Amino acid sequence: MSDRNDHRTTEGAGRVSTEKSTATASDAAGAEAPLLELRDLHVFYGAIEALKGINLSVRTGEVVALLGANGAGKSTTLQTASGMIAPRQGGVLLHGERVDGIASHELVRFGIGHVPEGRRVFARMSVLENLHMGAYRFKRPDPRDLERVFHLFPRLAERRKQVAGTLSGGEQQMLAIGRALMGKPELLLLDEPSMGLAPLIVQQIFDILKEINEQGTTLLLVEQNASRALQLANRGYVLETGEMVMEGPAGELLADPRIRAAYLGEHVEAEHS
Amino acid sequence: MTAIDNTSTTGAPGPTGSKRAAEAARLRRTAWYSHPRFKRLVALMGVALVGAQVTGEQGTNRDIFHALRENMTGPGLWLWVGACLLIWVVREFLRAPVANAWSTARRAGTGPAERARTVWRRDPRLRMLALTALLVFLVVLPFLVSRHWQQVLVDQIAIYVLLAIGLNVVVGWAGMLDLGFIAFFAIGAYSAAFWTGSLPVAPPFELNNFAVIPIAVITCLVAGVLLGAPTLRLRGDYLAIVTLGFHEIVYLMAKNWVEFTGGTRGASVDRFSIDLGFFSYQWGLDPRPYYWLQLGFIVALLVLFIRLEHSRVGRAWTAIREDEVAAAATGVDTVRFKLLAFAIGASTSGVAGVVYASKLGFINSEFFIVLFSVLVLSYVIFGGMGSIPGVLLGTAILIWLPEFLRDTVPAQDRYMYLGALLVIMMIYRPQGLWPSRRRVRELHMAEEGTATRAMPAAGGRPATTGGDTPS
Repeated sequence: MSDRNDHRTTEGAGRVSTEKSTATASDAAGAEAPLLELRDLHVFYGAIEALKGINLSVRTGEVVALLGANGAGKSTTLQTASGMIAPRQGGVLLHGERVDGIASHELVRFGIGHVPEGRRVFARMSVLENLHMGAYRFKRPDPRDLERVFHLFPRLAERRKQVAGTLSGGEQQMLAIGRALMGKPELLLLDEPSMGLAPLIVQQIFDILKEINEQGTTLLLVEQNASRALQLANRGYVLETGEMVMEGPAGELLADPRIRAAYLGEHVEAEHS
Repeated sequence: MTAIDNTSTTGAPGPTGSKRAAEAARLRRTAWYSHPRFKRLVALMGVALVGAQVTGEQGTNRDIFHALRENMTGPGLWLWVGACLLIWVVREFLRAPVANAWSTARRAGTGPAERARTVWRRDPRLRMLALTALLVFLVVLPFLVSRHWQQVLVDQIAIYVLLAIGLNVVVGWAGMLDLGFIAFFAIGAYSAAFWTGSLPVAPPFELNNFAVIPIAVITCLVAGVLLGAPTLRLRGDYLAIVTLGFHEIVYLMAKNWVEFTGGTRGASVDRFSIDLGFFSYQWGLDPRPYYWLQLGFIVALLVLFIRLEHSRVGRAWTAIREDEVAAAATGVDTVRFKLLAFAIGASTSGVAGVVYASKLGFINSEFFIVLFSVLVLSYVIFGGMGSIPGVLLGTAILIWLPEFLRDTVPAQDRYMYLGALLVIMMIYRPQGLWPSRRRVRELHMAEEGTATRAMPAAGGRPATTGGDTPS
């Protein structure tokens, strides 16, 4: 974890250095296969085809944003990646190995952390008990992980004895992220971490996500807040009614007039495909 | 309503504004009859009426209103009303000084009760001592009560305690609603009958009653897993209906498969016996030896369950009860742990079935009607779901009450009073007699949730009117 961290310390502002560092990281791992790959994914809810052949890949050390309107299939994609939904066709590959069909609680042991939509903290457990639950796959929680989470989220350290259901929405989101980190994930899947939060809190959470990424955790982020997500991400994908309509470096997507029109609410003369 | 307000306020906002404030104040003020103090008085008067009726004369067949007439005019009523009034006065008007003294003592950490509490918390030996004393008391209990109560203790309380601690694992810890719990009890009882050679169909080889227990446990485990595996994906209400259906299948099999079970005519079962060559003992008609045997089973199971509750398994159950999706996301195998809880509950129920059949020496299908599932569930809820002392206490009290009432009210009315007690309990103390800490938290949070949701609504009224006035 720390050596990857060293690669990342050179990161300034550019995307270029990120690309470089991911390249070295994957070289060090000695594998060309991306960390996570979704290949031609078809997912059905009954007769409704929610995903119509999605391709997506996340390389080690990256932050990837998945954008789209309500009902586009973002959460479905994420839930398929985390094993909660089984695809009817296509595969989920982790380090080039097929993992679709593996239950989500097993995938946790493969190093996938899932921060579900709507936070879903254990409302009647204390903050500390929640974090301990996050480390359930280990015999006992690693105190260094706990220290790391409390360092990232000092607010949680202050309230470690408090019952999670009485935390504010932002604190609950922090707790959900912290809980996922307790399982030492290599890849963190985040489902709308900004949902229902004040802009200031969203900014805080995205800053912390950046820090988590710099410490060596790869992030796949589902977001409605397109500008914020693309500022954090290295690359982005855009989903529309179950189909991937765009992909590319985050900077390009952020500059794309169609994205600006559809997700950032700017009126640009461009036809919407 | 706001539209009407608008038209009236456009002329002169000042005076109407104050009038509206007065109106709001009037509406906000609680009416005297909805004041909690008054509600409590009404409830206590209700208790007084019921109490007078229960303790007073009972009805006759010739004049069904005889008892009501006598009890509602006699001195018993005034005694009850006076006592309840006294309780109300003490509670409403003398409570504050007492509570103040208590809380100051508590904050200072002084006061005899508080000091005793810290000592209690700090010293595990003291707790062990208290537990040992309780156990000794329970062991000698049959010597202290009459034969009738010994029978109640053995035939009802001990059996239902066994059932209740099993159901507590399913309902209280894993959070699944199981209405077919008695089905496993029946499977256990019929296993005992079958393997001791008491059913019309002969077993391959006959076994001692004690040797049947592991077989019954395995049978119930298998039955529990067979039922659970396809159905545990269902949640809450759906699972309850499925278990209810399962119970009905088992019950109707016991009733109608006469050539195997003996149906409603039943079958006599050998009682417990032990024969080790150098030592042999036969359990007979005296209830006390059964009681000690049952006590042994209960203590052994409790030790096992308490250890489970504080293990990783217990934490997994808590997580599943709180949020299944989040539990799966943190790496808890939800299906496996739910199945485990279901199987543990089922096998406990099976043990209770063996003990029951081997005590009574007779079983028939009517011992396993669905009412008993509901009763066990109500014992668990009454005592406090998920809390072992609560479940034990709740079961003991709810079985003791109808037996106690047997001497004071007509037999057919006994369960009516039980029902009234359950209703009152669920209104005023939904967490149960001796709730687990987490359940208390849960209910507190529900109350706080409504409080915070109500607050902005109340505050929102003046804000909107203020916004309307300028326009």
